Amino acid sequence: MTSAFKALAFAGALAVSTALSPAAFAAKTDITVGAQLEPPNLDPTSGAAGAIDTVTYSNIFEGLTRFGPDGSINPGLAESWSISDDGKVYTFNLRKGVKFHDGTDMTADDVKFSLERIGAEESTNAQKALYADIESVEVVDPHTVKVMLSKPNGSMLFNLAWGDAVIVAPETIANNATNPVGTGAFVFKDWVQGDRVELERNADYWGEPAKLEKVTFKFISDPNAAFAAVMAGDVDAFMPFPAPENLPQFAADPRFRVIAGSTEGETILSTNNKMPPLDNPKVREAIAHAIDRQAIIDGAMFGYGTPIGTHFAPHHPSYLDLTAQSNYDPEKAKALLAEAGHPDGFKTTLKLPPPSYARRGGEIIASQLRDIGIETEISNLEWAQWLEQVFKGKDYGLTIVSHTEPFDIGIYARPDYYFQYDNPEFQKIIEDLNNTADPEERDRLVKQAQKKIADDYVNGYLFQLANTGVVNAKLQGVWENAPTQAADMTAVYWED
Amino acid sequence: MLPYMIKRLVSLTISLMAASLVIFFVIEVVPGDPASFMLGLNASPETVAALRDSLGLNAPAPMRYWQWITGLVQGEFGISYTYKVPVSELIADRFWVSMPLSVYALMLSTAIAFPVGVIAAARRNSPTDVSIMGVTQLGVAVPNFWFAMLLVLLFSITLRWFSAGGFPGWEAGFFACMKALTLPAIALALPQASILARVMRSSLLDTLGEDFVRTARAKGLTRRQALWRHALRNALIPVLTIIGLQFSFLLAGAIIIENVFFLPGLGRLVFQSITQRDLIVVKSVIFLLVFAVILVTFIVDVTYAIVDPRLRRARA
Repeated sequence: MTSAFKALAFAGALAVSTALSPAAFAAKTDITVGAQLEPPNLDPTSGAAGAIDTVTYSNIFEGLTRFGPDGSINPGLAESWSISDDGKVYTFNLRKGVKFHDGTDMTADDVKFSLERIGAEESTNAQKALYADIESVEVVDPHTVKVMLSKPNGSMLFNLAWGDAVIVAPETIANNATNPVGTGAFVFKDWVQGDRVELERNADYWGEPAKLEKVTFKFISDPNAAFAAVMAGDVDAFMPFPAPENLPQFAADPRFRVIAGSTEGETILSTNNKMPPLDNPKVREAIAHAIDRQAIIDGAMFGYGTPIGTHFAPHHPSYLDLTAQSNYDPEKAKALLAEAGHPDGFKTTLKLPPPSYARRGGEIIASQLRDIGIETEISNLEWAQWLEQVFKGKDYGLTIVSHTEPFDIGIYARPDYYFQYDNPEFQKIIEDLNNTADPEERDRLVKQAQKKIADDYVNGYLFQLANTGVVNAKLQGVWENAPTQAADMTAVYWED
Repeated sequence: MLPYMIKRLVSLTISLMAASLVIFFVIEVVPGDPASFMLGLNASPETVAALRDSLGLNAPAPMRYWQWITGLVQGEFGISYTYKVPVSELIADRFWVSMPLSVYALMLSTAIAFPVGVIAAARRNSPTDVSIMGVTQLGVAVPNFWFAMLLVLLFSITLRWFSAGGFPGWEAGFFACMKALTLPAIALALPQASILARVMRSSLLDTLGEDFVRTARAKGLTRRQALWRHALRNALIPVLTIIGLQFSFLLAGAIIIENVFFLPGLGRLVFQSITQRDLIVVKSVIFLLVFAVILVTFIVDVTYAIVDPRLRRARA
């Protein structure tokens, strides 16, 4: 045998043995998920940042109820429940054999603790108002808990599915921000601040165990870096992907699959209803007709997004398509402006927070408004400035923001909310809705509410934010839609 | 030497105190309330007030300044508003990314710039010199983040030799970490090396024209011997100044490169904390960076005195 032949034979043998080794056949059991924003902490019950839910929702923490991928409400830690006839007492039957990650049992006492903690005076729960109707929580036995409400609240099961109402243990609550202990299918392992969070499969999970052994969330804020990380294979999924302009390139690459589902983010041209001349409904109606929604979706979002005509998610069964009521009609808009006493238009401010939908969308809207004579003075704000000036200070004419909380039409019933819409009729509808548990009646009221804010042209309703992301083509079980800001990894697996 | 050092130390302390005041009050007037930022769009005013209270934001400004400064002296930086961990811990973790990166980049840039600068000066106006000057001109002009993206495109996406960014953490081993820092260090070092090489060359050319070099040549030394034995050491002062400035710049100014390579360094920490209004972190990191810059300047000043004995005597 010549030495060249020997080398060749050796290389061949090596290749065969590599191919036959079990590692080459076994499906991958770990995943690296890219995300643009790093969670400030890992306790979903004490902060509003969506990034907290991205990492922890369903993966680490679970609530009594939970969102399904389609936004439906499913049993979580509560196996079943019953509601009293007056709608004021909810009895939850808890699952048996549920353990926290530290090995202790999850019982009715933990539920009582978690729910009462939200309403406590020193509570810093960002969604405290959602649970304000909870009057008391009573432990019946270790696996049964009664939740007493001060008045009926038809949204309670839905509200309990939010990440803000997950069940935590009193012994570990103090450290949940940095070392979360929940009941979910993954156990928190490590957090290298500024870089990544690592989770491991929970071997003692009460339900069907996760298919993945290890999940790593990697935080990459720069869109170019995100693109490079996906292309180089450093991350297996990136959701939501920060630069929609890169998506066609991923779609053309067989290694990747592009996801374009829906979110709960109603993107709206928020309008200060108390600032003249925007306090005049005719002026707001004119603005509504001046806006070409499709041009904004194409120009700012590269075609991803669904036009909306009211503040409601199009994928919800009770959604009313009211886009025709505020169709693009610049001539009508000009006529309405003249009718309102502003034939030559007026000047107002347009304050834009950082996301690209706002910055890019803002420029397009400014030019569309200029066409009917409205001059906008654009200022770009950071989030903190936006919260200070616009959200808290109400010092703005127009702004663009995506309201990402699910089923949040109730904010229009808060007269001190930043768009300052104060309509007793609408407030009555929402009050009735909260007091109603009957599904048909709720459906009617929800539709009435959608119609009311569309008729009053409270805000310019632009589009539903798309859940755009890129995942490895071999990855299965990834949520297409985002009913809440979650990256639920419990059902994700690699295809062989 | 001692009086010179004391003088430098006093100026260091005064600079630090002035810096702490400026940092504190600039951050005081920055708009944006950390509490309302953390709680988002649905929070009620009472919840925000409760959080402000628990963060200690309601105390009067001079009192908070005093608490901050006395804390700093004791090495007690407070607890991060958003991360809920001690700021000193956050900084320490990030420091062990930024510091090695800066040292790595500085070593690379010095290792390239010294020989290149000396060769260019020794062969003044030769084709070698002209091409070196051309390449370094380009190196100064190229923005480092753009160069960084090119590196990623070539070495990560096409060749797949390096990952596109990230940092494995020191527990993953020295070589894994150095590998992760290699592309960022090259991206940072290229413009620095170009500047340094040009400074090295012109400084060396200046000294080569000095009387003492002519005297040395007259004694019979060759051009090369004169350069190595007499000119080089004297040409080092401006080069040291630039290295000192570059080190401070690398430590504090790698924000963009840290973002391109998503490295968890100090620059990115500042950037994140500013957008999240984690003001307690911003204050402390900026103060620490100012401290590092002042300290490096101090060390450079002391090094001058070592390189140039005239300085220690003249100022003493």
